[in-house]
Amino acid sequence: MDRPLTQNIKADRPFASLADYLQTGGYQGLANAIKNLQPKEVQQWVKDSGLRGRGGAGFNTGLKWSLVPMPEPNDADRNPTHYLVVNGDEMEPGTFKDRLLLEKDPHQLLEGIVIAAYAIQAQTAYIFLRGEYHLAAERLAHALEEARAQGYVGEHILHSDFSLRIHLHSSAGRYICGEESALLNALEGKRATPRPKPPFAVVSGLWGKPTVVNNVETLCNVPHILRYGVEWYRSLGRGADKGTKLFGASGRVRRPGLWELPMGTPIREIIEDHAGGMRDGYQLRGFLPGGASTDFLLPEHLDVPMDYDAVTKAGSRMGTGTLIVLDDQTCPVQMVLNLEQFFAQESCGWCTPCRDGLPWTVTLLKDIIEGRGRLEDLDTLAGLTRMLGPGNTFCALAPGAMEPLQSALKYFRADFERYISCGNTILETG
Amino acid sequence: MQESTNPPFAGLSSAEIGEIHSEMSHYEDKSAVSIEALKIVQKHRGWVSDDSLVAVAELLAIAPAQLEGVATFYNLIYRQPVGKTVIHVCNSVTCWMLGAEQVRERLCRHLNVELGEMSQDGEYTILPIVCLGACDHAPVAMVGDQLILDLADNTVKQIFGE
Repeated sequence: MDRPLTQNIKADRPFASLADYLQTGGYQGLANAIKNLQPKEVQQWVKDSGLRGRGGAGFNTGLKWSLVPMPEPNDADRNPTHYLVVNGDEMEPGTFKDRLLLEKDPHQLLEGIVIAAYAIQAQTAYIFLRGEYHLAAERLAHALEEARAQGYVGEHILHSDFSLRIHLHSSAGRYICGEESALLNALEGKRATPRPKPPFAVVSGLWGKPTVVNNVETLCNVPHILRYGVEWYRSLGRGADKGTKLFGASGRVRRPGLWELPMGTPIREIIEDHAGGMRDGYQLRGFLPGGASTDFLLPEHLDVPMDYDAVTKAGSRMGTGTLIVLDDQTCPVQMVLNLEQFFAQESCGWCTPCRDGLPWTVTLLKDIIEGRGRLEDLDTLAGLTRMLGPGNTFCALAPGAMEPLQSALKYFRADFERYISCGNTILETG
Repeated sequence: MQESTNPPFAGLSSAEIGEIHSEMSHYEDKSAVSIEALKIVQKHRGWVSDDSLVAVAELLAIAPAQLEGVATFYNLIYRQPVGKTVIHVCNSVTCWMLGAEQVRERLCRHLNVELGEMSQDGEYTILPIVCLGACDHAPVAMVGDQLILDLADNTVKQIFGE
């Protein structure tokens, strides 16, 4: 049970059926919540567990739930409309963790959804799933039917007064849909542009009603907290943060993959032990610790624990916890160009710095790579990392896009300068 | 929700209208099904023509320009004809690092098309796509609804079985 999130994922079966899920104690956390605890007590359990959102921002999940205005005994409307929305729009390059949970153990997510909805007294939940995840959609739809038939979802769940409708919403592809408020616009059938904050979604979200948006992996933690308790969950972490996390590595490592490990596992252990180190003939040059929108770190940071605060202190973000490894034969300037092309394409265009700044970034990087660069371009790029940084844009897309660039300018400046002085790179990729 | 096959929805089939109506029950507001409605039309016709878009807008009681704004925003809504099977080749960072550009070139050469073009027999269109969430098996592509992992030197054989 030291790997609660992945305990049902077995090599000899495609996914965990309802019977498989029940065999390992499935839906017992839900029964504990609904039969023994008031909604605010469930919120408190999750808050005390120390669970932080696994979508990248790392906000305390129980604290987020506690911000939803709950009805008081004297309120005229004792059952105001609240929504729970599951963010399953996994489109961050280098991130592949939610797909595993969605495809291999859909009931774990459903149980987490029902407990979370009970905690915030939501009557409707939407699973916002990226449109490309066909297999996940198929298995979730099947699991939903099973859960409805057994009384885990629907009217009077487990013979209680609590009822919940869950609807699977398959999106149509756009990275910005992963941003909480843009996702809500997409669910309302609009262009997925972010909304101004405040008001925050927990107060005014979907159709203006209090709405909690939680990541898939976040919700998959919840059943275990409610079944085994707060102290058990807190004991799973190795450092400041609690619980376990799906960590991954991709790139030129021997065994790319995903592993459920305690929060606080050192990066060295992930890359060297679990991913098997670098492939023969390649050296580790750096890595993005948590997806495309995080700052590069270097081999000297290998002993940093994968904890939200520790990775931040090292100069990056834990983000989604899925490492993208840069080897010594991949050009970091071309890698940054690939990342910035992605962000420029996926910018929703809502605010000027992002809409104009990202294509400008791409143009400058292309100029440098194609031999038209000047040293002043590096100052311009550095200026863009500030102009598109936190506080200057409507949402976090452009600041996220600037993280790999700003750290590449810091750590790999010689590569940029080599292009400018002699049009040279390390090696062609591929 | 009452079904209608009279104008102005005449551009949509009764099957399409029925599927769109059944989606409406899941949302507070019928305009919320705009993306799903476009996907339904696309499922039946392969792509979303101007006429189809206007018919959907009428059905949802929203302005065609508003729906056009939605249709052109999302990557998986096609406003031009595409082949019967769309091959999405991931171009995000890990796939790029491990040879996605070469994979895409091989596929384009095999079908004798440029990126975004339909093959002459109308069977295939190759499009780029952002991270498909399978970076541990990079490079990857999605052929129709099917994810193809670990594409390499024998990409064409892996996808077309040739």
